[in-house]
Amino acid sequence: MVEQLAPPTEEHIWQLLEGVSDPEVPVLSILDLGIVRAVRVEGEEVHVTITPTYSGCPAMNVIATEIRLLLLAEGITKLHIHNQLSPAWTTDWMSQAGRQKLEEYGIAPPVDGTATGHMLNLFGKDTAVRCPLCKSEHTHMVSQFGSTACKAHYQCDDCLEPFDYFKCHA
Amino acid sequence: MMTDSTMPVQATAATPPEIRAQLFAYVLQLADTSLILAHRLSEWCGHGPILEQDLALANIALDFLGEARSYYQYAAELEGKGRTEDDLAYLRSAVEYRNPLLVEQPNGDFAGTIVRQFLYDCFHYHLLLQLKSGPDAQLAAIAEKSVKEAAYHIKWSAEWVIRLGDGTEESRRRVEKAIDNLWRYTGELTTPSATEKALQAAGFAPDYSAIQQQVDAHVARVFEEATLAVPEGVFMQKGGKDGRHTEHLGYLLAELQYMQRTYPGLQW
Repeated sequence: MVEQLAPPTEEHIWQLLEGVSDPEVPVLSILDLGIVRAVRVEGEEVHVTITPTYSGCPAMNVIATEIRLLLLAEGITKLHIHNQLSPAWTTDWMSQAGRQKLEEYGIAPPVDGTATGHMLNLFGKDTAVRCPLCKSEHTHMVSQFGSTACKAHYQCDDCLEPFDYFKCHA
Repeated sequence: MMTDSTMPVQATAATPPEIRAQLFAYVLQLADTSLILAHRLSEWCGHGPILEQDLALANIALDFLGEARSYYQYAAELEGKGRTEDDLAYLRSAVEYRNPLLVEQPNGDFAGTIVRQFLYDCFHYHLLLQLKSGPDAQLAAIAEKSVKEAAYHIKWSAEWVIRLGDGTEESRRRVEKAIDNLWRYTGELTTPSATEKALQAAGFAPDYSAIQQQVDAHVARVFEEATLAVPEGVFMQKGGKDGRHTEHLGYLLAELQYMQRTYPGLQW
């Protein structure tokens, strides 16, 4: 028999959601990524609104499941997860703490303002992305498409290490 | 489905039933187009010319698959008959598919895939820009999401058209052959079907003549840099948007739908 718990508060739910991480970038919580757009509590009913990062990102299914399991463990059974497409997710919503965690993990964080106008910038100069390992800015893009939809593949010209870059998505 | 609901859906309550039915048909057409192209691109997985391009093709396929799911989910809601996104993708026959002929064309060689992708990207990108500011909230939301991804696709395919066109004798020969083969399927993209005409009149589908101008300018610019000629006076094929397809779609669907047809109701 599950003990009757006090009704959940929105604040508490937000705290719990900090514990859900991105399965593909485990150092980031879904709050760091800015995926959670709203939490609403109506009596025993809890509504969580999330925004997908990329349309086809398989991590979103896992994230929705993990949110459900985590809140279920807290006795929240009347949970509704809403998928909101607009406004579309942008890396501008990524927290400062998240950016630091990314770099420490070995993934270069997004460089703001680099997404706009790239469509016509054919063979344009690559974004100056700092190597997360040796911190050199002498790096070059190997491929715009990396191991996941949100990342590009770079290499450092100083330490020669390859690394992932979390693409700016604005 | 990953979540309980999608929000917001605004073409439901206030929209007249006939527009709603046409919107369903149109959203389904968009879904079919993205799904079929996603499948074609996914056929490259593990066969890409180099690792980075194998990854690029798989990434782009995934974006189109995600976009297709968004459209199918919305189409299922618009129809309101209990069919799911999976029913729409897996349990319709070739004559019910509404994708334009271009996206079902076989991959050919890498040049063939690049040319098909670039020609479709030009239309796709400019279409999404229009849909993004259209009156239907859910369609606009899907377009707003997808256009960010489409911007990466069109940059990638345009750069490859330039590399191949202005590359070696062999790459140029292959890219020219691909243009010669595929150009005939481009006219259909901006030739409105009966459904599209009705929706254009109601303001729900964008003006294709404006999109055509943007596509022409985009293609001309990239072809010029690639030192390729823009074909003129080509007879344009059509029929895909009315369910009349090339023989290739049947084979594609046989593979795409195999599991669901063989094991009805199968889920991961």
